[in-house]
Amino acid sequence: MKKRRWLAVLLTAVCTVGVLYLAQRLLTPKYQKGIVEGSMVAEYYDETVEHDVVFIGDCEVYENFSPITLWEDYGISSYIRGSAQQLTWQSYYLLEDTLRYETPDVVVFNVLALKYDEPQSEAYNRMTIDGMRWSRSKVEDILASMTDEEHFIEYVFPLLRYHDRWSELNKTDVQHWFSKDPVTHAGYYMRVDVQPELGFPDPMPLADYTLGEKAMGYLQRMADLCREKGVALILIKAPTEYPHWYDEWDEQVAAFAEENGVPYINYIPLQDDIGLDMATDTYDGGLHLNNQGAEKMAAYFGAYLKENYDLPDRRGEPEYDAVWQEKIDAYEAMKRQQYDELAQYGELVSFGANAIEE
Amino acid sequence: MLFTSYAFVGFLALVLLAYYLVPGRFQWPLLLLASYAFYFAASPYYLLFILVTTASAWAVCVKMEDLTGAQKAYLADHKDLDREEKKAYREKIKKRKRAYLIAALALNLGILAVTKYTNFVLRSVSSLVGGAFQPVDLIVPMGISFYTFQTVGYVIDVYRGKQQAQRSFFKLALFVGFFPQLVQGPISRYGQLSETLYAPHKFQEKTFSFGLMRILWGYFKKVVLADRILTGVTALVQGGQYAGAYVFVAMLFYAFELYCDFTGGIDITIGIGEAMGIRMAENFDLPYFSKNIKEYWNRWHITMGTWFTDYIFYPLSASRPMLRLSKWSRAHLGQKMGKRVPVYLCSLAVWLATGIWHGAAWNFVAWGLANYVVIMVSQELEPLYERFHARTHLRGKAPYEVFQVVRTVLLMSMIRMFDCYRDVPLTIAMVGSMFTRFDAAIFTDGSLLAIGLDGADYLVLAVGLAVVLGVSLYKRKRGSVREALYAKPAGVYYGAMALLLVCTVVFGAYGVGYDASQFIYNQF
Repeated sequence: MKKRRWLAVLLTAVCTVGVLYLAQRLLTPKYQKGIVEGSMVAEYYDETVEHDVVFIGDCEVYENFSPITLWEDYGISSYIRGSAQQLTWQSYYLLEDTLRYETPDVVVFNVLALKYDEPQSEAYNRMTIDGMRWSRSKVEDILASMTDEEHFIEYVFPLLRYHDRWSELNKTDVQHWFSKDPVTHAGYYMRVDVQPELGFPDPMPLADYTLGEKAMGYLQRMADLCREKGVALILIKAPTEYPHWYDEWDEQVAAFAEENGVPYINYIPLQDDIGLDMATDTYDGGLHLNNQGAEKMAAYFGAYLKENYDLPDRRGEPEYDAVWQEKIDAYEAMKRQQYDELAQYGELVSFGANAIEE
Repeated sequence: MLFTSYAFVGFLALVLLAYYLVPGRFQWPLLLLASYAFYFAASPYYLLFILVTTASAWAVCVKMEDLTGAQKAYLADHKDLDREEKKAYREKIKKRKRAYLIAALALNLGILAVTKYTNFVLRSVSSLVGGAFQPVDLIVPMGISFYTFQTVGYVIDVYRGKQQAQRSFFKLALFVGFFPQLVQGPISRYGQLSETLYAPHKFQEKTFSFGLMRILWGYFKKVVLADRILTGVTALVQGGQYAGAYVFVAMLFYAFELYCDFTGGIDITIGIGEAMGIRMAENFDLPYFSKNIKEYWNRWHITMGTWFTDYIFYPLSASRPMLRLSKWSRAHLGQKMGKRVPVYLCSLAVWLATGIWHGAAWNFVAWGLANYVVIMVSQELEPLYERFHARTHLRGKAPYEVFQVVRTVLLMSMIRMFDCYRDVPLTIAMVGSMFTRFDAAIFTDGSLLAIGLDGADYLVLAVGLAVVLGVSLYKRKRGSVREALYAKPAGVYYGAMALLLVCTVVFGAYGVGYDASQFIYNQF
């Protein structure tokens, strides 16, 4: 084979890889508007200061706690590593991943996800895992999370998963081809709108109330990892009442906590103490708290943290002040934008993340 | 391991890499190992079946060849025998060889019949006697129809003395189980495939890249076109609620799907062989350019057609009962008609066998019979056509040829609807509705956007079809597209290959949200 033909092969191969890479960047969902949860996990890597408290879990953490309030009220530098329907093993691997970058004093894990013992949804898997940086934790997370229809290689080359989005590409895909805007505030997902809680259906009796082996196994690994790293673990159940949290589950988590010497706090019966009014503090009928509720929850939880853990007040430390002021500005700006949207449209349109898409 | 699975693509890449890394003499053993790994991945039980087929064919063929050798040696040593004694001896040996042949055929065709047709027979019998059908849970090894026919062909060829027996069990095992052709053919002949299967091959850029391009072309047809249109076909034929003009659409869609699916699969198969320097028989020769059904069947699934001709039609025609029938019919029905009776009967047997080979269901029997009837009628009408052509001078005129091609495609597509619907009465009712309830409004009122295909799908299908048609026309008029591209600067040649790859990756109907679609011919 002549040299020139080899050169042609090489050049074609390089160009093909380049084209496929560009196509992959373009076709992978950007999660910048509407469903923004897919952007959350990756945003952590842009953090420039360390965190004393890290929340790990599903929507019951990233929608129910405002790290801005924790900072403003207590000087606690915190971050929420959460994503939609984040399963227990995904939380474990995100914790492993977090501990590669920093060692917080406290890790808070919300226990709702313990009810799932099997992979649930490909879409949620992707939103949780795609944003993780490659590491052994990510590989193991993928292997533990894949549903039957998924393939490992589709995580390595997301183009194989998202190739068919070519027919639904829009302006956002082009705009954010190579860069993305932050959608959270230290992992917190803001919603300022209000939809009062009007009650929930009666809980269905279950055939078996035992929490699954896989989920509990990963909870144990989480406790062991925290112990090994000298991190205090706190188990919580967020104050929202739906999906129903059964007493039998509560007892099992309480027993686990006692066995492992970690605190477990179920905030459902503490709604009044927290000051939550589910007629005004939720945006979706009581499933999640809105911004007002999340601020109340953070204020209440911050007091508990301060009382029980020796957490430094970082206010006054120039590096932290600068970073958190930037976060506060973004937080307030988004809050204003969301209220403006509510006033203009009667509902949230862009969720304040970006300019309203025409 | 489907051809369209990531696992297969990875497996193939490893096999190709290893194939050119090992010394030439280890290439065929490597392929045997890869083939058995491929089959094992499908199911360890399948290996047992293919081993039984291989072992029986190997033992019988070696034995038959030994008998031939022994016969030659005996006759050479006993030159003093008179003619009658020699004839008697030959007859004795022939009988023994025939016994081995029958044993091998009975065993292998028996396995095929039991695994594939037991439930069909039980279902038919129970529906006849009005009993409840209880299916028997049987293993149907992947590609059993293909490898059984291929092996049976080899055994018959050795029996006939057309082919020397392969005395290496492992080499024969590779012929029977060569992984690219295991699942959907082509049904190779030993004489042809063995020429390149066992030979050492050095890496050659042209051969390798030609193979690679054909593999990509196959994936393009299968993944981008066949699997995309499958959604529409499934929506239109399942349940049988789409009648009238929808049946016409389903008929064209299915014709397109089957073509892209089957030729795509064969392109991948032959391309894999080419990339390793192994030549396999071609299975298609632009079938949708055929001007009549006979020509179509000479161009579609060629290796199956020639197999049925060589191993069923000819032996049946030359069989004693058929010769006797021929004699009788010529005496009683006249020379002209008398000659045709045995041909009709043998053709009927071939088409029944072809139908049942395609699927264990009455639909396929009806499909085979429909093909038979159309071919026989067109043969009978041949003199009429001749007179028509002589008077009108239409033969050879481009518009008339286009008409002939379109007519043949439509006719074949209509017959093929037996594949689609759940039973024969429904097929007849739905095809009938095409003529009685045809409502052309569905082509303009957006109804075709409600069958699981959206505008983007239609765009991909239209462009894809245009590309396939363009390539076919080029091939028909000027020959190999790959040769033409190879003659251009290397950047153009490899650029075309890269474009095919990118288009397949981006526009393919695969992954989450799409059902991993088996090749249609894998089930046979």
